Amino acid sequence: MASPDSIEPVRPKAQTRPSLAALFVGFLIIGAMSFGGGLAGWIRREVVQKRAWLDDQQFISGFALCNIVPGATNVNLAVFIGTQLRGGPGALATLAGMMLLPLLIVLVAGMLYLATRGMPGGGWLGAALAGAGAAAIGLNLATGIRLARRNIRRVAPALIAAAITVGIGILRVPLFAALLVMIPLSLLISWAGYRR
Amino acid sequence: MIAILLQLAGLFAMLSLLAFGGGTGVLPDIQRASVDVHHWLTAREFLDMFAISRAAPGPGSLIVVLVGQKAAGIAGALVAFVAMFAPSSLVVYLAARVWHGAAQAAWRQIAERALAPIGVGLTLASGLALVHGTEHSLPAYAVTAVTTLLLAFTDLHPLPIMVAGAVLMVLAGG
Repeated sequence: MASPDSIEPVRPKAQTRPSLAALFVGFLIIGAMSFGGGLAGWIRREVVQKRAWLDDQQFISGFALCNIVPGATNVNLAVFIGTQLRGGPGALATLAGMMLLPLLIVLVAGMLYLATRGMPGGGWLGAALAGAGAAAIGLNLATGIRLARRNIRRVAPALIAAAITVGIGILRVPLFAALLVMIPLSLLISWAGYRR
Repeated sequence: MIAILLQLAGLFAMLSLLAFGGGTGVLPDIQRASVDVHHWLTAREFLDMFAISRAAPGPGSLIVVLVGQKAAGIAGALVAFVAMFAPSSLVVYLAARVWHGAAQAAWRQIAERALAPIGVGLTLASGLALVHGTEHSLPAYAVTAVTTLLLAFTDLHPLPIMVAGAVLMVLAGG
């Protein structure tokens, strides 16, 4: 489906408008799969890779936007994508889809936990969860690598991405401070490139 | 009971709007309020609930559901859930409307290009920060590293890799 945005060469085929039911089911799958984290990776896989509702550029700029506003980033991302594709009802569909199963699972897990505290068998369950979590972290890192390979072609943006990765991920610079410096810098570079 | 529900609603609605940088930023505040101030749960219970919410699917900030559940049962869980996610979602909705309305605007094109490297950096940083934030043992590092390579450079589905990671950690003795 051609979009009016297609004058912009970086977004070739996105912008097919999904139904509310499709949004709900898509995010239901995302919510159900995201054991141990890795939500951003699952969202990109479903929304960009499998269904082409958004292209990479829209996905990552949305992801960055969702980091700036308060709230859990991936929940924000679901609301953002739902709003982009189908307005307010779309946001409700993605939010409900993504949260329904995790909410039920956490409620049941909470009941079991409160009823069975201190029972044996918790040890290897904990190990299994840690293993799934370690793999989920890998999914997030792999998503970052894929995004970088496909969307960063110039030196200045590469340096900005690297500075944020190291600054926040390793040196533990507070997010707010890092973004306060890097967003204006990146805007300046982008603006200079746009004028040329 | 009503008093506790109101306390839950007020606490998490406020933290929802203060949770800059994702849900984990306000975890210490949740811990202080629920353990030290309101005595809804013990420090040990909070840690266990943190582990449960990390392992369960969905965002880690679902820990508020467990806190609410311990404090005031199912009603508490639902109040905590709505209070934690509704205010921030409303802010995102309004931001997304502005963003969508400016689809053709020059400033959005510039902003979109400027935010791309930021988003890439934040994705990678979120993975690295999680490695720091959890007690990563040597086998866990190996699982994370191998998963990263497999998913970045092959088209394998993530789910079997996560199952393999879980099995490996059990065999490695946790």
